[in-house]
Amino acid sequence: MTRKSRRLWLVVACMIGLGSAAALTLNAFSSNIVFFMAPSQVHAKPPPADRTIRLGGMVVAGSVHRETVKDSPVNLFDVTDGQAAVTVRYEGILPDLFREGQSVVAVGTVNPDGTFRASEVLAKHDETYMPKEVAEELRRSGKWDPRFGKAPDAASWNTMTAADTKKPATQTPDGN
Amino acid sequence: MNPELGNFALALACCMAAGQAILPLIGANRRDARLMALAPALAVGQMIALITSFACLIHAAITNDFSVQNVAANSAVSKPLLYKITGVWGNHEGSVLLWAMILSICGGAVALFGRNLPSALQARVIAVLGGVAAGFELFCLTTSNPFARVWPAPLDGQGMNPLLQDPGLAFHPPILYTGYVGFAVPFAFAIAALIEGRVDAAWGRWVRPWAVAAWCFLTCGIAMGSWWSYYVLGWGGYWFWDPVENASLIPWLTGTALVHSAIVVEKREALKIWTVLLAIGTFSFSLSGTFLVRSGILNSVHAFANDPARGVFILGLLALVIGGSLLLFAIRAPQLTTGGLFSPVSREGLLVLNNILLCSICAVVLTGTMYPPFMSLLFGKTISVGKPFFDATTIPLAIPLMVFMGFGPMVPWKRAQMWPVLRRLWWAACVALLALIVATFRMRDILAVLATATAVWVICSSITDITERLRLFRQPLAQSWQRARSLPRAVFGAALAHAGVGIVVLGIAGMSQAAHRIVEVHVGESEMLAGDSWTLTDVHPAQGPNYSALVATIEVRHNGRLITTLHPSKRTFASQHQTTTEVAIHTNLMADIYGVLGDRHGDDANPTYVLRLHYNPLAPWMWLGGLIMAFGGALSLSDRRVRVGAPRRAKTVDVVVAQ
Repeated sequence: MTRKSRRLWLVVACMIGLGSAAALTLNAFSSNIVFFMAPSQVHAKPPPADRTIRLGGMVVAGSVHRETVKDSPVNLFDVTDGQAAVTVRYEGILPDLFREGQSVVAVGTVNPDGTFRASEVLAKHDETYMPKEVAEELRRSGKWDPRFGKAPDAASWNTMTAADTKKPATQTPDGN
Repeated sequence: MNPELGNFALALACCMAAGQAILPLIGANRRDARLMALAPALAVGQMIALITSFACLIHAAITNDFSVQNVAANSAVSKPLLYKITGVWGNHEGSVLLWAMILSICGGAVALFGRNLPSALQARVIAVLGGVAAGFELFCLTTSNPFARVWPAPLDGQGMNPLLQDPGLAFHPPILYTGYVGFAVPFAFAIAALIEGRVDAAWGRWVRPWAVAAWCFLTCGIAMGSWWSYYVLGWGGYWFWDPVENASLIPWLTGTALVHSAIVVEKREALKIWTVLLAIGTFSFSLSGTFLVRSGILNSVHAFANDPARGVFILGLLALVIGGSLLLFAIRAPQLTTGGLFSPVSREGLLVLNNILLCSICAVVLTGTMYPPFMSLLFGKTISVGKPFFDATTIPLAIPLMVFMGFGPMVPWKRAQMWPVLRRLWWAACVALLALIVATFRMRDILAVLATATAVWVICSSITDITERLRLFRQPLAQSWQRARSLPRAVFGAALAHAGVGIVVLGIAGMSQAAHRIVEVHVGESEMLAGDSWTLTDVHPAQGPNYSALVATIEVRHNGRLITTLHPSKRTFASQHQTTTEVAIHTNLMADIYGVLGDRHGDDANPTYVLRLHYNPLAPWMWLGGLIMAFGGALSLSDRRVRVGAPRRAKTVDVVVAQ
């Protein structure tokens, strides 16, 4: 083998390695990227039924109830961003930190009837935690400013005005 | 008093590190033996100061000194002693101090074990380590001081997240950090080589043991972290492809490439520039992984905004270390002599393939990790990529890697023929083919089938490698034993590490066949999963030291025969208003039987309980394989060739240096 062909071999091997990595990445991006949507966005523009999305918002107080289908527990709850609410249907154990009035992210698909079928429900293991997307969405809709303490109770949101968010929330014992 | 002592020791260490960064460099340039001799002394001094400082912080935590803010925020009187100690590194300030302490221990190790290095090289390596250490100690002192006092001192601390009160997590961070920080030594060697302007076989030989040691710790740390998330978080999985996890995987991939490319430098004096770049890259990924991802700067813009000083400092420090070393590389790399090229069918050819594939995987993981935060920063779009993305991209690249890995150790250096190698490996290929056929019938997913076959192939070829070298079964056993005793331990280490990779991949492929069910039952009812019958026989309350628990009893039977009794529980920690689930796992090494107790529903007279039941085939193999890999690395470190026979530099040394 000449020196030239050896160098060529090295270059070709590198190109194949990185090329296939790039091809695999692009291919996987086109089918596996999961977009985040707020309930109002789902209402305005429902995604196709085969598209997995992340739905985030606050769990509406008093909306959580359960059914049992063929020995499996099914949880139903409403998720809101203060403008619209989507009913989520989740078969499984809700995470330890799932609470009414707290933020949640559900991964799944939107059914044709507008309800959401979750394959996964995430509530981070930290009480003061709010998923960034949820906080961003709440801020955008003018319901809450995360700089001023904990999120208000979800039940009060639909009646809340933007002015309420301006005054700092009262400090809770564990909010600091 | 003690916290002040700790603070003083930290400040002292920072000063010594600054001296360690500057004086030996001047000494090495002027060939001043006295200034160069300062390097080991300062490195050891800095190590002692930081160990003292860390001991002071632990002392404050044990003695419940809540006037120290860090202790008040993360500890409590009722916390068990073990977690008072381990809680020290369970928070940002403490973990930065731990990080700095491990770095100083690395410096001390180079000072103590690197006596056979040329004094100029040793001085420069220690100086680079000192420079990095000084930066992070300054960061610790100015923006995240663990010794800061709080006034008035609270009567009791706020306690630690109950999830972190677990022996597995207690020792996971120090081991993982040792892995991360350990790559600072190859990095320092790379920078020293760039300053000197030369890399040769001896350099490869010096740098490799440090890289292997760091790699062992990182492997162990990742395996432990994955095990922790498996049995503490109770979600039944083992790897979430979360940015924090990826931050440890990325340096592991480049570190693995480094460990292999350094062999080529040592044996063939080729791939030199590439190896230097890998050493710089691995440490850069370790640094950015620990600090950017752990501090949450990338994940959440809020964490950055909460404490701008901290964020700016860390970004500046990272830019200085990474940017500076890459700049030095760009200036100096062209001056390094390039090694020879070589034919594709040879040991070095396969090691190059290994590097290309590992770096491709690394690029894919890096893209998947960085793309979402960049999209949200630049375009405000919130997206995420998860397991489907990483499965679809990493596994197709890992499969050819495993195929070549089987050939690697069998192919001779320089120029090789494929045929003799194939002839020795035919039985391994047959077994792998058999595994492929069996797996095709048992598994649904094509990638899992291929992964199983290649994993079997890697394990069999590692066995072949050893039996061939020992001439086992072709010679009397006594002679094979003689050969085994004279064979370098590094050969056994490499074969073990490769077999460990095969075992890990088998475990991952097995886990893709895991079955799980979520059921809601009354006490006394049975459910079927994976051919076993699971019966909830009892649920009763129990009291722990700082929590109250609900403990379930689940009997698992196979064809009426009792296999095991599981006791999953749910704990409620009053002080933090938090509940945790305690998973119950029964393993027979071929499969894990995994039970989680969920919520209680219904009226008090006849409640129902939600249970999550998992059957995880081959799950323990993943962690066992990880430990075997790390053990293989440790075995090759114990090779006497590493310790004795200090490598000499080539004769051209003086000529080149004198230029």
